[in-house]
Amino acid sequence: MNFIARFLFELQEMSLLAGRSARGIFKKPHYVPESIAQMDYIGVGSLTIIILTGFFTGGVLTLQTYQTLESYGAVDQLGYLVSISLVRELGPVLSALMVTGRVVSAISAELGSMVVSEQIDAMRALGTDPIRKLVAPRILALLVTLPLLTLISDVMGIVGGWAVSTFLYGLPSSMFLNSVRDGITTDDLIGGIIKPLFFAFLMGTIACHKGLKTEGGTVGVGRATTSAVVMASIIVIIADFILARALQLILGTQT
Amino acid sequence: MMTQDSIDRTIDNRVSDQAAESTFREVDDTDRAIPAIEFRNVTMIYDGRKVLNDLSFKVMKGETKIILGGSGCGKSTTIKLVLGLIKPDEGQILVEGEDITNYDENHMMKVRKKLGMIFQEGALFDSLSVYENVAFKLHEQGVLEEDVESEVRRMLRFVNLEDAIDKMPAELSGGMRRRVGIARALVGDPKIVMFDEPTAGLDPPTARTICELAMKLRDLEDVSSIFVTHEMNNLDYLTSEYAVVNEAGEVVFEKEGEKLCLINSKVLMMRNGEIIFSGTDETLRRAEDPYIHKFLRGH
Repeated sequence: MNFIARFLFELQEMSLLAGRSARGIFKKPHYVPESIAQMDYIGVGSLTIIILTGFFTGGVLTLQTYQTLESYGAVDQLGYLVSISLVRELGPVLSALMVTGRVVSAISAELGSMVVSEQIDAMRALGTDPIRKLVAPRILALLVTLPLLTLISDVMGIVGGWAVSTFLYGLPSSMFLNSVRDGITTDDLIGGIIKPLFFAFLMGTIACHKGLKTEGGTVGVGRATTSAVVMASIIVIIADFILARALQLILGTQT
Repeated sequence: MMTQDSIDRTIDNRVSDQAAESTFREVDDTDRAIPAIEFRNVTMIYDGRKVLNDLSFKVMKGETKIILGGSGCGKSTTIKLVLGLIKPDEGQILVEGEDITNYDENHMMKVRKKLGMIFQEGALFDSLSVYENVAFKLHEQGVLEEDVESEVRRMLRFVNLEDAIDKMPAELSGGMRRRVGIARALVGDPKIVMFDEPTAGLDPPTARTICELAMKLRDLEDVSSIFVTHEMNNLDYLTSEYAVVNEAGEVVFEKEGEKLCLINSKVLMMRNGEIIFSGTDETLRRAEDPYIHKFLRGH
């Protein structure tokens, strides 16, 4: 099979999996305990890295832009610049990439191990659909937790920016916070929530697809995991560009 | 007025009449004439190679079909086809007379409820305890927890592992994992069970225990099964011994010939995806095919 045929075949397989798992979320049986356990693992488990990533991204953004803004006499716009960058772009993308590193790899490795040890076949033999039992709860958990994690990351980024501007450059807190409040619009917040929803669905589908298609024993598990992380990271960045443009057109936020 | 002696005689006659009636009913039972599993000219191609070539055989109700053959000859593929885990490229597969060849995943889920499968390494769910593994099917069906527990304990008693109920799969030995796998497969009392090399890599006493479980299912539970193996001692056990319940109510295993019996096991030998022998163990041992000779003697 040549590259294009392989790509189209994989795209078709992934679309079918996405469709079946989406149906699995809404149709009975609902695996509520599994979904909650996954939300705990993905959401609560990723909190530390999301808080640290958000805080230091906001901090470094302030660090890199303060002097430029000062030379133009626009330091009062610092909060606006930091918050808009975080809410529109850096928050959703960095959160998605951090969760990809932690969760996509874990899902892919877990499902891959289950495939090579015949646990998936055993599940099917026992009359249970692995897509409903394993895939749907993971995608649902990502859909619920990633927007929340992104929101936390945004807030922590603004806190990081405020901390650097106040304690390192001595900018009054009110100036920074007022420009944040004046800068962020409802459309920015909507965009900041819509993006993680798409990212979550794509990341979950890629992780589960790669895991369930694992071949070649334990070596195959490693290959599937690497491939899932690489593919999910690239797809997140490409999807971010497409979504950014789509949101500009829909919400009219290009200015 | 009837005497005690005549009453006893009447009861004896009634009992023997009932026994004869049930025997005739069993013989006349047309349902038993339908094979539990039937393969009709099944061909399976993988990566351009014929993994199975025009495979046809039947497993009758209550029969154990022992599939022998070297590694990679298509034994495991055969039982995965019965479960619908993979689909054939040609031919038909029938389970209890129902053609399942073109069933989609939703239809297969219903068929699989009638089947039990014991995987090579047990295939236990690592994140679940022994109890949760055995209870998996019942939990999925929404059975009440007190009913689940009694059924799980009954199954674990059957495989003699009730003490391991709270253990995790990582704490079990290879033989224990297989036995938990058997307990899990037997929940819901499936009438068709498939064993995929259940004794591979086990010490002889544990392998013997697994074969005894298969014999109990065949002789005491009327279960039809496919027993895939490449180990000759499995063949010896399954074709020369049978399980009976003695006066004390214990299950004992008797050798063929000790009493008149008909051991309901047939042998099928495969090579390169084709059947090279089908029949009883006696005819297998008399077969003149050099490959069969080599396989039976190991040299």
